Amino acid sequence: MLTALIMLPLLGALTILLMTHGDSERSADEARYIALFTTCLTFFVSMYAWMGFDSKTADFQFVEQSAWLQGLHVGYYLGIDGISLFMVLLTTFLMPICILCSWRSITVRVRAFMVNFLILEAMVVGVFCALDSIVFYIFFEGMLIPMYLIIGIWGGNRRIYAAYKFFLYTLAGSVLFLVAIIYLYFTFGTTSIPELMKVAPKLPLHIQEWLFLAMLASFAVKVPMWPVHTWLPDAHVQAPTAGSVILAGILLKMGAYGFLRFSLPMLPEASHYFAPLMWGLSIIAVIYTSLVALMQQDMKKLIAYSSVAHMGFVTVGIFSFTMQGIDGAIVQMISHGLVSGALFLCVGVVYDRLHTREITRYGGVVNVMPKYAAIFMFFTMASIGLPATSGFVGEFLVLLGAFKANTLVAFLTATGVVLGAAYMLWLYRRVVFGEIVHEDVKTMLDATGREMTFFIPIVLCVLWLGIYPKPWLSAMEASVAQLLTQSAISHVEGAQ
Amino acid sequence: MGDISIASLYAIFPELYLALMAMFLLMATAFKYRRISNSMLVSTLIVLAATGGFLWPHLSAPAVVAFNGMFMVSRFTIFSQYLVLAASMLTVIIAAPWLKEDSLLLGREYGKSSEFLVLLLCATLGMLLMVSANDLLTLYLALETSSLALYVLASFERDHATSSEAGLKYFVLGALASGMMLFGMSLVYGFTGTTGFEGLSALFALPGFVLSKAVVVGLILIIVGFCFKLSAVPFHMWTPDVYEGAPTPVTAFFATASKVAAFALFARFLLYPFGHLFGQWQQIVIFVSIASMALGAFAAIMQTNIKRLLAYSSIGHAGYMLMGLAAGNAVGVQGMLIYLATYIFMSAGAFGCVLLMRRDGQYVEQIKDLAGLGQTRPALALAMSIFMFSMAGIPPMSGFFAKFYVILPAISAGLTWLAVLGVIASVIGSYYYIKVVKVMYFDTPAAAFDAETPCWLRAGIVVCVAVTLLFFLMPSPLVEQAKLAAGALVR
Repeated sequence: MLTALIMLPLLGALTILLMTHGDSERSADEARYIALFTTCLTFFVSMYAWMGFDSKTADFQFVEQSAWLQGLHVGYYLGIDGISLFMVLLTTFLMPICILCSWRSITVRVRAFMVNFLILEAMVVGVFCALDSIVFYIFFEGMLIPMYLIIGIWGGNRRIYAAYKFFLYTLAGSVLFLVAIIYLYFTFGTTSIPELMKVAPKLPLHIQEWLFLAMLASFAVKVPMWPVHTWLPDAHVQAPTAGSVILAGILLKMGAYGFLRFSLPMLPEASHYFAPLMWGLSIIAVIYTSLVALMQQDMKKLIAYSSVAHMGFVTVGIFSFTMQGIDGAIVQMISHGLVSGALFLCVGVVYDRLHTREITRYGGVVNVMPKYAAIFMFFTMASIGLPATSGFVGEFLVLLGAFKANTLVAFLTATGVVLGAAYMLWLYRRVVFGEIVHEDVKTMLDATGREMTFFIPIVLCVLWLGIYPKPWLSAMEASVAQLLTQSAISHVEGAQ
Repeated sequence: MGDISIASLYAIFPELYLALMAMFLLMATAFKYRRISNSMLVSTLIVLAATGGFLWPHLSAPAVVAFNGMFMVSRFTIFSQYLVLAASMLTVIIAAPWLKEDSLLLGREYGKSSEFLVLLLCATLGMLLMVSANDLLTLYLALETSSLALYVLASFERDHATSSEAGLKYFVLGALASGMMLFGMSLVYGFTGTTGFEGLSALFALPGFVLSKAVVVGLILIIVGFCFKLSAVPFHMWTPDVYEGAPTPVTAFFATASKVAAFALFARFLLYPFGHLFGQWQQIVIFVSIASMALGAFAAIMQTNIKRLLAYSSIGHAGYMLMGLAAGNAVGVQGMLIYLATYIFMSAGAFGCVLLMRRDGQYVEQIKDLAGLGQTRPALALAMSIFMFSMAGIPPMSGFFAKFYVILPAISAGLTWLAVLGVIASVIGSYYYIKVVKVMYFDTPAAAFDAETPCWLRAGIVVCVAVTLLFFLMPSPLVEQAKLAAGALVR
């Protein structure tokens, strides 16, 4: 099942490579349809996995295991639990949307674009399914190649700088993670994640600290946490719309997922030890980047900074070590994946029409694009965390968890909610409301059927998660509870 | 000492066969087949493959010492010899179009003659002997056999000033290094009274053995000579010039076969006779490893010539291989062998791509000439970027596994800081590899290269791409063989 999820996009990429030829419009269309079909199929397979998912147990499900690097006992080992299930679903859900949104906006080298996207999907799904740290690492870093090319080939004016920065930042972080997992391998003779979760917490604190920092280097860059977030605005702004959606929607989640999968269960003592540091960095991220977002002139850059702030909530939630906090963090991850992805799509829609992302070039859009204005309004509200949207559930749970852990942290984090409302509403006012100042805004056409096709499912998901999150929460409950025991019991042991 | 037994002859039969065939080919060249033809190329490949075939029975046989301890045939030497043969065959394959075209296309008085193949076989012979040398004297003789052939190969393009310069430079510096090595050997011999590896090993293992300073000086001098061969810092100076000046197929040969042989011999030399002096040489190897990785990472950034860039990259790679050796255990040797095996293919493949960089029949070597290759020649650009990502150590390419298997021993030997330095160097180094990818994919296209892709070259590059890209599907056979080979060396 999980192998199928990884292989399907790869097969699609291979089909495009082998079946279509040349740069003609016909082959481009073929590539688009093959990519759309493959991503949809992958999505259905993942839905099927959700239906077969047993939410009562915290064990890994759909486990697949076969020997690989035999001498080292490193196996090809896949499986998902309540935490990774939703990450996989988020990935497979956003991918067809990305293909749709680049249907007309990507016009050069369409085949290569689709191939890169499908390879990227395979890598990302692989990251979330991997249960062996070496396998995890291979997917984690392998995804750099397609993303580097996507930013560099189809990106904006400063795409080359952005692509370099993205590649080098991420690589610099992840190689230290590699050293950490090899160290763990030599200490315990295994790279299997479930095994390591059992044995690694026995390490003495001073070693856990080093390992935690090595892993932090990797995950903090990916999340991204302040002060290593600077690659993100560049990469988001320069990437094509679909690239930004994937970056914001999924790639950022890998960092937070890494904390949940590695740092917390394997190094609980160090996680507690460094929790104040993580809180501090997260709070800086929430407040500082929100202020930075306020001052942005570029729509994409504003949303990029808002991503950093929202991911700050996620890390606060994770390091609150409470049920609500971690539940909230996961919901916030899903919600942010949907909402910020949708916001990038909103920017993409107007960018396709006027080819600028400058806020001041717009204004009065509501007069010519009412449907679009409504959609944009909805996602703005979701981003702010209006009740009945997914953003509310996530932020509320995170704040609840943080409040249990530390009142001051909760208070400072909560200011981010206010600041978030400020920059989002101001952005909305400047773009959508007001008089039409620029003549060319009048010529803009409202959202097309294709664009509505990819907005509607996201709207529905955001509402579902906002109004009735129970199916989601109950599916992750067992896994989160187990994660809490893993990161707490040994903490008590360590204290004794 | 004059004993030539059947068993000894059997032990070095593959080398004897290769020597005879090289001489036979020389005769053929001198009297009949002056010009390179497909049949000459194919017969060279067959000779190399047959040598590999003759090695086969030795692979699983127990270790044998031949000619009163002058040669040693063990699983380690056989494995390394296979790598050398693979590298030589790849070189022949990617050199084929270059060898053939000049004599046909440009219509010079002299085309490239078949001597190239003879020299290549002689160099390969020297390398095979190097790998199995079991005495300081055989070590030196084998090293010189391969070096002399390599000097000539470097200056093979007689009418190009750069090629002659490369040959001369390589010769002068190589002679200097050989001299130092010989001096070191004489010191070792003078103070231990033996040149045999077994004798040295037994001597150093004696309980009351007092290590003379002169032996250490001798050891250091020999290591210096090796570092020259390995193009490791600080004896790397010749590498960029020679790599740039020598004809590209010869450069590929330097980067692959020559490197494999030197590394295999270096590993045997350090771990077998001088294994008990681990404490004496480990520091040196660690230093050379760090210096090579750092120089390879930083100095390559500013290069504009692709062959110079690959030269600095090969210096960096030498640093990683030394990292495996610095651990001084079986895992380390295994890592080094895996690194060498994967490196042969990515390096040969990359040089194969460089050989396709031609405009109007002329070879171009600037990185900027690659601009927009992703649009003008998508397949070539894809192949080149696979090699670049692999050299940068990005999974799932084979280069990642190579780095992985040398970081493992470093950590197992308690050299975590060395591993950390290594991965940091690899991040810095990845900058110039992805720069090549950037030039190929992100820049506006330069004038297109000649469309013709000779089938030899295409086959060679396809093989290299397949090995580099698909290694992750079946890593176990190579890994297991390397493990057994390393186990034969380090007990």
